[in-house]
Amino acid sequence: MLDGLQEILFTLRQNKLRTLLTAFGVFWGIFMLILLLGAGRGMQNGIWQDFGSDVLDFFIVWTAETSVPYRGMASGRQITFTLADIEAVKQQVSGIRLISAERFAQNGNVNYGRKASNGQILGVPDEYFQVKDDVPFNFGRKVNPLDQDESRKVVLLGKAVADRLFAANEDPVGKEVRVKDVVMKVVGVFYDKGGRGQNSERVLMPISTMQKMYGGGEITDNIWVRPLPGVDPFELEKQVLEVLKRRHDVSPDDRRGINSFNMAMPAQSVNSLFVGITVFIWFVGLGTLMAGIVGISNIMIITVKERTKEIGVRKALGATPFSIVSTLLLESTLVTAVAGYIGLVCGVGLLELVSFTLRKAGVVLPYFLNPEVDFGVAITAIMLLVGVGVLAGLAPAVRAARITPIEAMRAE
Amino acid sequence: MITLHDIHKYYRTGDQPLHVLKGVDLHIREGELVAIMGSSGSGKSTLLNILGVLDSFDRGTYTLAGQAIGNLSETDSARLRNRLLGFVFQSFNLLPFKNAAENVALPLYYQGVGRKERNYRAEKFLDMVGLSDRKTFMPNQLSGGQKQRVAIARALVAGPKVILADEPTGALDSKTTQEIMALLKEIHSRGNTLIIVTHEQDVANQTERQIILKDGMVATSHTQPQAA
Repeated sequence: MLDGLQEILFTLRQNKLRTLLTAFGVFWGIFMLILLLGAGRGMQNGIWQDFGSDVLDFFIVWTAETSVPYRGMASGRQITFTLADIEAVKQQVSGIRLISAERFAQNGNVNYGRKASNGQILGVPDEYFQVKDDVPFNFGRKVNPLDQDESRKVVLLGKAVADRLFAANEDPVGKEVRVKDVVMKVVGVFYDKGGRGQNSERVLMPISTMQKMYGGGEITDNIWVRPLPGVDPFELEKQVLEVLKRRHDVSPDDRRGINSFNMAMPAQSVNSLFVGITVFIWFVGLGTLMAGIVGISNIMIITVKERTKEIGVRKALGATPFSIVSTLLLESTLVTAVAGYIGLVCGVGLLELVSFTLRKAGVVLPYFLNPEVDFGVAITAIMLLVGVGVLAGLAPAVRAARITPIEAMRAE
Repeated sequence: MITLHDIHKYYRTGDQPLHVLKGVDLHIREGELVAIMGSSGSGKSTLLNILGVLDSFDRGTYTLAGQAIGNLSETDSARLRNRLLGFVFQSFNLLPFKNAAENVALPLYYQGVGRKERNYRAEKFLDMVGLSDRKTFMPNQLSGGQKQRVAIARALVAGPKVILADEPTGALDSKTTQEIMALLKEIHSRGNTLIIVTHEQDVANQTERQIILKDGMVATSHTQPQAA
């Protein structure tokens, strides 16, 4: 085996140019495929980045004044949700994974010592944080059920608010701030890049605490809903709206009184864009691979043709067909595998370099972020290339092994 | 050592099969040095290829060293050639990218002999054919006679039962021809069985027996009194 390998390496050294050309074809195919895949992924990352930080399968329902008279009531009636609406929806509609209230108070000041910062003040139940589970809550904790039950005076500060109130080296968590002249304890800091960073100017407190501080009973401004996996989000949205409209005597035709926005809509179009990009990348990539494969096949055919005489001599001296075929195939496998691997390493290396340089220079390209490669895909591509390269070599190798030694030796 | 009985061979070229060997009967004893002669088209190369298990035949029986040849698989015939036969060709057929010693060692590679042992034996046989000072020369650095000596060493290295030489002096001048013939006769004198296909009468005259093929059959087979 080792002897055979030495024999192969010897032959490859004898045919440097041919070996190099084959290797380059394979190298280039893999290299380009990796770059393409990486660029495609970079594009996807860039687009997702712009998409914000909310999970992408929610819809949100809010209220306004009715636009259609209904059941003897004139239009222009202000509708307001309460937490009872959420309970009713939970009971009457199936397929809900998560439902959460979100109540907005007026903007207000948060004070710490002599510093103050204005922010949008929200009251939320603990379920709310499952809707926002893509938002990094880097410091402290979130609102928990105990806060909710005991109406604890705790707040979470958006990063923009925290930065204005606290010095860079100061840990906000555990400090006491004043909101609407009530002393509250900071339990966490979050960063939400939604709304171009404005969502980080928010201040969150338990909705039960807000009810005590601001009054208004159990009202809520928005209702967030996430469907269970596999539930049609549009169908669920329709059912939820039906229940809410019935409870508030809003006409089924009224599009203003109870309003909704379903994230599945833009997510759908972005997804189809991604499918398009992916199909395009694979189309070009497979084309490149195909060119590599054709190259290998050609060179294998030439190799065998060129060595017909040598093969004949070897057969006369006692080489079995198996040893001829296996030597030729091992030769092509070795070349394609090594070249493919180098292509992979170079491709990934270049992507990493680009990624690193962009990060280092702080350049933010539109629609481009963190080019990277799915390693499994890359390995699959190499195996495909090597496999097909070997298959391409198989036919000429078998043919070469089958011709009789005399015929082979006569060939020039 | 070799027995052929009623060997027939057809070549399928075009729509009319060409009947090349029309019933060859032949017996060659161990240790014999014979020449096979015949005009071009008489079938002598075909016969040599069949003797060398390089080509198949269509009818008849062939026994080589007690083993019946016929309908062997490619793999079996390759092993047989490797074990029982040594070849010397008119055009030498050395591998151009291997040096003299590596060329000689090739049959041993296919026997699975280790590299060290291969090189040792190859060098021993190069010494025997008088090329001690040319062991690492590439074929294109050797003269025709030297190339044929390398080829003869290669034919001998695996210890074959029979050595088949197809026009071994066909590409050589008369002085070199004599040298190569002297070498072949010396090898014969060590007890090897040699079959030389040639159309040169003075080469054939140096063998023990001349087998003359005519029209695909053995025309005459006579022992020469003057041969050594």
